[in-house]
Amino acid sequence: MKQLMLGNKAVARGLYEAGCCFASSYPGTPSTEVTEELAKYDEVYCEWAPNEKVAMEGAFGASLAGYRSFCAMKHVGLNVAADPLYTMSYTGVNAGLVIVVADDAGMHSSQNEQDSRHHAIAAKLPMLEPSDSAEALEFTKLAYEISEKFDTPVLLKMCTRVAHSQSVVDPGERSVPVKSYEKNIAKYVMMPGNAKKRHPIVEERTRLLKEFAETSSVNRVEMGGTQLGIITSSTSYQYVTEVFGDSVSILKIGMANPLPDKLILDFASKVDRLVVVEELDPVMENHCKALGLDVQGKDILPIIGEFSQNLIAKALGAEGKKGITLNETLPMRPPVMCPGCPHRGLFYTLKKLGCTVLGDIGCYTLGAVAPLASMEMTLCMGASISALHGFNKMGGEESEKHTVCVIGDSTFMHSGMTGLANVAYNQSNSTVIILDNSITGMTGHQQNPTTGYNIKGDPAGKINLEALCRAMGYNRVAVVDPYDLKACETVIKEELQAAEPSVIISRRPCALLKYVKRKPALRVDTDKCIGCKSCMKIGCPAISIKNGKARVDETLCVGCGVCTQMCRPGALASTGKEES
Amino acid sequence: MDTKNIMIVGVGGQGSLLASKLLGYLLLNEGYDVKVSEVHGMSQRGGSVVTYVRYGSRVASPVIDEGEADFIVSFELLEAARWLPFLKPDGQVVTNIQQIDPMPVVTGAMEYPEDLVRKMRDAGAKVDAMDCVALAQEAGTVKAVNLVLLGRLSHYFDFPDEVWQKAIEACVPQKFLELNRKAFELGKKA
Repeated sequence: MKQLMLGNKAVARGLYEAGCCFASSYPGTPSTEVTEELAKYDEVYCEWAPNEKVAMEGAFGASLAGYRSFCAMKHVGLNVAADPLYTMSYTGVNAGLVIVVADDAGMHSSQNEQDSRHHAIAAKLPMLEPSDSAEALEFTKLAYEISEKFDTPVLLKMCTRVAHSQSVVDPGERSVPVKSYEKNIAKYVMMPGNAKKRHPIVEERTRLLKEFAETSSVNRVEMGGTQLGIITSSTSYQYVTEVFGDSVSILKIGMANPLPDKLILDFASKVDRLVVVEELDPVMENHCKALGLDVQGKDILPIIGEFSQNLIAKALGAEGKKGITLNETLPMRPPVMCPGCPHRGLFYTLKKLGCTVLGDIGCYTLGAVAPLASMEMTLCMGASISALHGFNKMGGEESEKHTVCVIGDSTFMHSGMTGLANVAYNQSNSTVIILDNSITGMTGHQQNPTTGYNIKGDPAGKINLEALCRAMGYNRVAVVDPYDLKACETVIKEELQAAEPSVIISRRPCALLKYVKRKPALRVDTDKCIGCKSCMKIGCPAISIKNGKARVDETLCVGCGVCTQMCRPGALASTGKEES
Repeated sequence: MDTKNIMIVGVGGQGSLLASKLLGYLLLNEGYDVKVSEVHGMSQRGGSVVTYVRYGSRVASPVIDEGEADFIVSFELLEAARWLPFLKPDGQVVTNIQQIDPMPVVTGAMEYPEDLVRKMRDAGAKVDAMDCVALAQEAGTVKAVNLVLLGRLSHYFDFPDEVWQKAIEACVPQKFLELNRKAFELGKKA
């Protein structure tokens, strides 16, 4: 029966129908829901891996064992998994192996705007690119066919607008093809002698995939008016269709790599003017130029950010639409740490102590935002610890006494452990703070190796952070409650002064977790409030100043009590009303 | 038919996803092609959020662009004003009058703009504004603001009441069904 389905859920449905048996992923917006939705099917083994490299290698092993396998990640996650990816291109697969990579043009929830198509080209792997949920389902199944027919992992490229849009799909049935494992050292042991023999196979495979791309329905021509011909893919195809309907001709590319040369040349010969409409980098455009075509692209369309129908209309000379303008400068509404967020107290303390804070990827990156504004660097998953090491090695004692790094529990398991090993091994006197909120927060609450539960919510192995740090050689491992500002201050001061590296675990579960009980909202005693604005220093969205006095929004406040520790007159108190 | 566009805007965490789910279900059942676009991830943490609902005989783009929205349904007053450039010149705003201070206002760097309903009307927008929090509380919980807004929005459509009721039943947990029905009614009558 036809139903509305999120793009990511449609991929999960496609995986289910294609007989996928194993999925291992690390969450990352906008890819997370694929694996979450797949985990709802009992027939498929699903797990959260500590990082994308581990996930991809797990999926490779499952494919080797003869089962259709899968992993998903965001664009930057594919960098982490690039090592196995590039050599899996040489080994090929046994049972089909599909990898979702989700790009984030516009950087809704990412640290860069890289275009994953470059990875497909560099690793010499086929990449499919759906433009809506129906194609997400269909292309996922097709990806398994291509994977097994051409003996290759297949990349399925999503983007925010395809991943997080719902459109109509018509689900089908599941069938499970299983192969058996056969020992094949020449194929699966990639040492120089064997790899040298595999490389020509990869090049021949690319030639065959190109032939496939020329005739497969995954790429299609929609002839309309011939004054303008547009080569496009993914969500850009939808915008082009919206603006031009059949007044133009469209070559819709569903297979981003390898591209079909003959199809492109044939299409170009039928239209007067050729334009490539693609978000981010000019990948198809450069390909067309290499084919000797006179083509427009990034000369009229931006290389930065997302497209939309108006943007494309205006770039191509059609009329954009205009709405109602309000003659007023409105305050922006950037994302903020939630009321009751355990990170708030810790960041407040770091700011108070004047610490230099090197940060990492997660909700706590919001520690860089005013009024806390106490994080000074964020690069990629795990970089806080490794960078702190380098920073302190060069900064010496002066640096060591006021510099810390902060990293979440999930990010620490992802790629913080190796940095921590480097600090222990090469001995910088660094102070590492693990913000343990007992969940992977930013991506919407996924379990991880420190939480004790698996993707299905069942009990699982639980890594003890304190024991892990001690085993690495850290003698100083402190645990502190970030709601207790005094304790935070004492511990941070102590560890910064200590003559050896230390780890502080700031531990309190995310305030949004269902099992975390909300305390009654606080209320301001306006007789006691002197309007000093001390409570405003923690940047809690539930507190504001109205008529010179603090005011607490009872619909937002969760009663964490951090603000009460800022209030000298004692004007902030509990309302005593329990949230139902 | 031409594609119709409904934008649902608010502050991350206010529950706009249920409203878009319900509209998507209803419109698909009424035989339309439908696309719904959401934003997940960092901006959900108390930031400005928007969900696009589009329906018609064939919908291509999943997003709504400037000047295209037939309706802006807003959970918060400032957000209605923020997204006004997306409204068609003859479009309709349905908004909660609740004000949630964004961080620049919380820190005192800026003021929350005054008289936004009047200013939006002066700019030429049709604005239907109401205290959805009070109505939601009357229904039983402040969390039912979304159903109050949908109740109000239902005014502007020709769908019979049972179509809305069926969608509510399909999208809301059984436990909270009566409460949400009541919130819908209160919004409708407001």
